[in-house]
Amino acid sequence: MARLELSNLHAEVADGDEKILEGVDLEVESGEIHALMGPNGSGKSTTAKVIAGHPAYEVTEGEVLLHIEDDEFGEDIEIDEDQRTWNLLDLEPNERAALGIFLGFQYPAEIEGVTMTNFLRTALNAKIEEREELFEEEDGDSDEDEAEDEGFESSPMEGPADEGEIGVAEFQEILQEKMEQLEMDERFAQRYLNAGFSGGEKKQNEVLQAAILEPSIAVLDEIDSGLDIDRLQDVSTGINALPDEQGTGILQITHYQRILDYVEPDHVHVMLDGEIAKSGDASLAEELEDKGYDWVREEVYGTA
Amino acid sequence: MSSEQDHLKDTDTEARFEFKKEQNAAVKSDKGLTEEIIRMISEDKDEPDWMLERRLRALKQYQNMPMPTDWPGQPDLTQLDVEEIVPYIRPDVDQREGVDDWTDLPDEIKDTFDKLGIPEAEKNALSGVGAQYESEVVYQNMQEQWEEKGVIFCNMDKAVQEHPELVKEHFMTTCVPPSDNKFAALHGAVWSGGSFVYVPEDVTVEMPVQAYFRMNSEGMGQFEHTLIIAEEGSEVHYIEGCSAPKYGTHNLHSGGVEVFVGEDAHVQYSTVQNWSKNTFNLNTKRAICEENGTMEWVSGSMGSKATMLYPCTILKGRGATDTHITIAFAGEGQDIDTGAKVYHNAPDTSSTIESKSISKDGGRTNYRGLVHIADGAENSSTAVECDALMFDNESTSDTMPYMEIEESKVDVAHEATVGKIGDEDIFYLQSRGLDDDDAKKMIVAGFIEPITEELPIEYAVELNRLIELEMEGSLG
Repeated sequence: MARLELSNLHAEVADGDEKILEGVDLEVESGEIHALMGPNGSGKSTTAKVIAGHPAYEVTEGEVLLHIEDDEFGEDIEIDEDQRTWNLLDLEPNERAALGIFLGFQYPAEIEGVTMTNFLRTALNAKIEEREELFEEEDGDSDEDEAEDEGFESSPMEGPADEGEIGVAEFQEILQEKMEQLEMDERFAQRYLNAGFSGGEKKQNEVLQAAILEPSIAVLDEIDSGLDIDRLQDVSTGINALPDEQGTGILQITHYQRILDYVEPDHVHVMLDGEIAKSGDASLAEELEDKGYDWVREEVYGTA
Repeated sequence: MSSEQDHLKDTDTEARFEFKKEQNAAVKSDKGLTEEIIRMISEDKDEPDWMLERRLRALKQYQNMPMPTDWPGQPDLTQLDVEEIVPYIRPDVDQREGVDDWTDLPDEIKDTFDKLGIPEAEKNALSGVGAQYESEVVYQNMQEQWEEKGVIFCNMDKAVQEHPELVKEHFMTTCVPPSDNKFAALHGAVWSGGSFVYVPEDVTVEMPVQAYFRMNSEGMGQFEHTLIIAEEGSEVHYIEGCSAPKYGTHNLHSGGVEVFVGEDAHVQYSTVQNWSKNTFNLNTKRAICEENGTMEWVSGSMGSKATMLYPCTILKGRGATDTHITIAFAGEGQDIDTGAKVYHNAPDTSSTIESKSISKDGGRTNYRGLVHIADGAENSSTAVECDALMFDNESTSDTMPYMEIEESKVDVAHEATVGKIGDEDIFYLQSRGLDDDDAKKMIVAGFIEPITEELPIEYAVELNRLIELEMEGSLG
């Protein structure tokens, strides 16, 4: 079990003093589906990016904590009592990923020349390795450093000696299985990461990555934007599989009620002006659909 | 080993860099470039008179030509003093022609090659290795089936002795005459070692030929000459890799490459260059392409202090085709000025130039290219694409794509992009678990993918590895 806890989170743009988050309180637990809704500019995407560690934002107040139980990463990794709570704000984005945070991007980057297979296997292995480092006892570091300094010690012809935890063949199987579940064309595996993907393909790819990296908490930023109805169903199936099969906790950021018909939330939060203005169950989303965000504003602040 | 050599070895007490091997040279010429030096080089190689005469003629041309200083934005060559560079040195092996068996090589040379991965390449059954240590080819190996087909692959010095007619006709005559530029003239005077490749009509050499060049003597220049003759309908892929350790004084590398592509022949010439960061790398490489012939240049320029390299193809026959794929990486203190030259001198010729450059930590890359389409070269086409990736605001990248189009019925396309490595791209990869360094490496590996996919897997791996090492700053 894992629990992501945002408390009194304030953040602004790093190279300016524009305040965007003004005290966000939010908790997401393994297996739960939360929907974070709100008008444009209310701070939803910033919340997502701050959780993942985007360098463009500076946190001025508050905390982002991740609580994990001792069995979160299976039997191989032993988690001591003093390693059960992590202050994510102290960690690099890749360390947060290793602890089980996943951000599904609204606008995924296009990386030319890097195949999906290469990227995903590298990411998976990097995550496993980083996780081992985070939970490692204090010894054994020095050997690795030495090996890296040696340059030509291993022949350049042999390529990197360390193939990583998951080998090519094993990874192919994992990838194929997950792609079938998402009904993705197998040719995706050899395409360059997001390069020339349609909007829908990119979103499908974000969900595929979540399925492969098996995060504890996945923050999905407007995964539904730019999807036609068929693709919306595929993507929703993929999202639903995350909590069902892997116990992932979902924080789904969306403008629209539409995707919530397919991915039914346990909790709905409405964000206004950098704060969570109102929280409720799935019925809150439906109410919003009828009445609009001004209704929340009126109810919370007494003005429209 | 003679006492003279022992003595030389004993007096060599300067501090060592990591891969620098003790010098154990049989002949070491005096510093400075004089007629005596040239005569000594030629005599030591037991060359025929015609080659000596060519050397002396080139020396005169060299002495009469000014240093090139007026190119816009050219690398600074003021620290280069050719007179201070001992142009010739010979490794101490028993046979002047080199040895045919790996085990006959001196241990220190084997050791150096081990670190460069030569034995692995051998194990992988690549078809032949000519590895140049200092100025002589000391290791030659070729598979028997080639010899049966009449393919010649040998040390250039040996070719002068054993294939004089072929060499006389093609060596620095119509392709790269010494008068071409000052460094071509210098090369013509002091050249030593290199490879000679001859592929007879309709013979295909399926596996790449490879040769390694490595400078290992302080203050020494390297002037290897490569001559490739591909007869009508033949096909060959020649690969050259370079790596040199770091030294205190400025080294000069001024190689010469001449390629003759016959009718319907196909030659691919690939280099991965990683000279040490104090080397001036000033080369002249040119191909002449006959009717329906194809020339492909694949160049990776990683090392050197300054590189000026513009492989050139002359599309002489109707329907001839050229492809250039170039990648340059400039780190701190490096100025990599590379590009391509193509002369469309016949109708229906086509050229494609793809250049990728990466600059980091204040390094500079420049794409300098010339495409000339002559009057009458109808229905010719050219496509030039230059992409530059910069790591930081200190690094620079320039693009100088010159076009001289004298014919109107042609198809000309040019595209250029210059960009800084994207923070959003890095963050995206980081959010998936890659650390900052690995994220950048992955982006760079993807950026150069069009180059690496052209190379055999061993070289693709080496190129990627070299770039990773450059990015880690762990090469000198």
